[in-house]
Amino acid sequence: MTRLPIFSRSTEQALAGWPPPVLDPAGPFASSITVLSWVLFAIGGVILGLVLAALWVALAGPERLRSRLGGTRVIWLAGIALPVVVLTALLIYGLTLTSMLRTPTQPSDIRVRVTGEMWWWRVAYLDQTGRVAMTDANEIHIPVGRTVTVELQSSDVIHSFWVPRLSGKIDMVPGRRNVLRMQADAPGVYAGQCAEYCGGAHALMGFMVVAHRPDDYARLMAGRRRPAPVAGGEAARGAQLFQSNGCGACHRVAGTAANGLAGPDLSHVGSRRTLGAGILPNNRGTMIGWIGDPQSLKPGNRMPAYSMLPGRDLTAIAAYLETLR
Amino acid sequence: MLLLLLGGCKPPPEGRVALPGADLERGKLVMQQAGCAACHVIPGIAWPKGRLGPDLTGFARQGMIAGRVPNRPDVLTAFIRNAPAVAPGTTMPAMPLNPGEARDAAAYLLSLD
Repeated sequence: MTRLPIFSRSTEQALAGWPPPVLDPAGPFASSITVLSWVLFAIGGVILGLVLAALWVALAGPERLRSRLGGTRVIWLAGIALPVVVLTALLIYGLTLTSMLRTPTQPSDIRVRVTGEMWWWRVAYLDQTGRVAMTDANEIHIPVGRTVTVELQSSDVIHSFWVPRLSGKIDMVPGRRNVLRMQADAPGVYAGQCAEYCGGAHALMGFMVVAHRPDDYARLMAGRRRPAPVAGGEAARGAQLFQSNGCGACHRVAGTAANGLAGPDLSHVGSRRTLGAGILPNNRGTMIGWIGDPQSLKPGNRMPAYSMLPGRDLTAIAAYLETLR
Repeated sequence: MLLLLLGGCKPPPEGRVALPGADLERGKLVMQQAGCAACHVIPGIAWPKGRLGPDLTGFARQGMIAGRVPNRPDVLTAFIRNAPAVAPGTTMPAMPLNPGEARDAAAYLLSLD
């Protein structure tokens, strides 16, 4: 199906899955929205054709048709009856579809809570009772073929959660919990983006949904439950610097003294596809660049620059973070 | 003979390609994909414009790389792939580029004057 890349960032093609194509569904929920979109385009096309035909009749048509066009019968039929019928049908169709996207959690669903923050995504995997089983940020791992119920909230302003290939788009409103269901039919990386203007770095608030085969997914999640391996060499020095420079006041690393909640959870940052919430590839260089001067990359975000640290310390911290997988 | 003469009519190559056969456009793309601009301002890459490392505007006119080694195409290619090996102690880490990509990136940087 047609791919319409609607985002254009200068890093086009620089990140896998970016920009996320719309009208290229990869699961049942996105498919039904794509069908709705094409139905709307088709109806729009037909109505445009009718209006153009009426215009032609009015300007250059035969006398008999022109007088009929000006009659009250045409106004009743085409001006009132037709819009009422078409718009009512579309309203019923659209509302039925969106309510299907938001049906309350089924017992078999996987539950993930995503909280919008300026300008990143707090991710919590929930167990069947709704308790937080694991936390992460800016990346959501799901198994293919399973419906995932995403509970959406915001801790500051209104954001909007949108993974065009997996589901619809819904606002994250402070003080409210919205629900959206999504599903991927094939393994892959699906880019998402905040779709509601939320401040200066709104355009730099992206994320990735990674869909795995069920056994890969089970292995990944089981691996993450084990405590982080103790780092050696340069990474060990990095772990020390991470503590001594106070990184743990804002960031959490599971199994260590770092338990800050103001910034993204870094327990698995080394395995992330991107840094800075979907904006940079994740490698040693971009990690150093982010730690050293995050303000040049995402102006106004809450992390201060650590450019007062010598280069070898930045390198060691980056080496440590790479081990958190 | 005629073909040889016509060969002389070829317009001069656009920009200054210091490394013969290197692809400047690909060099720019691999630098975008590797995220070089997370630390460097690089002309031609609109976003990001990182400030942790030096601005690479006019890089072709620069005498030294990292103030340590001569700014020669072969040295630059090696530096882009594995900076600590060429200039120990530099903050720039080894980057995930293969030799061909590093060569294209070097050619792009050497076209910036």
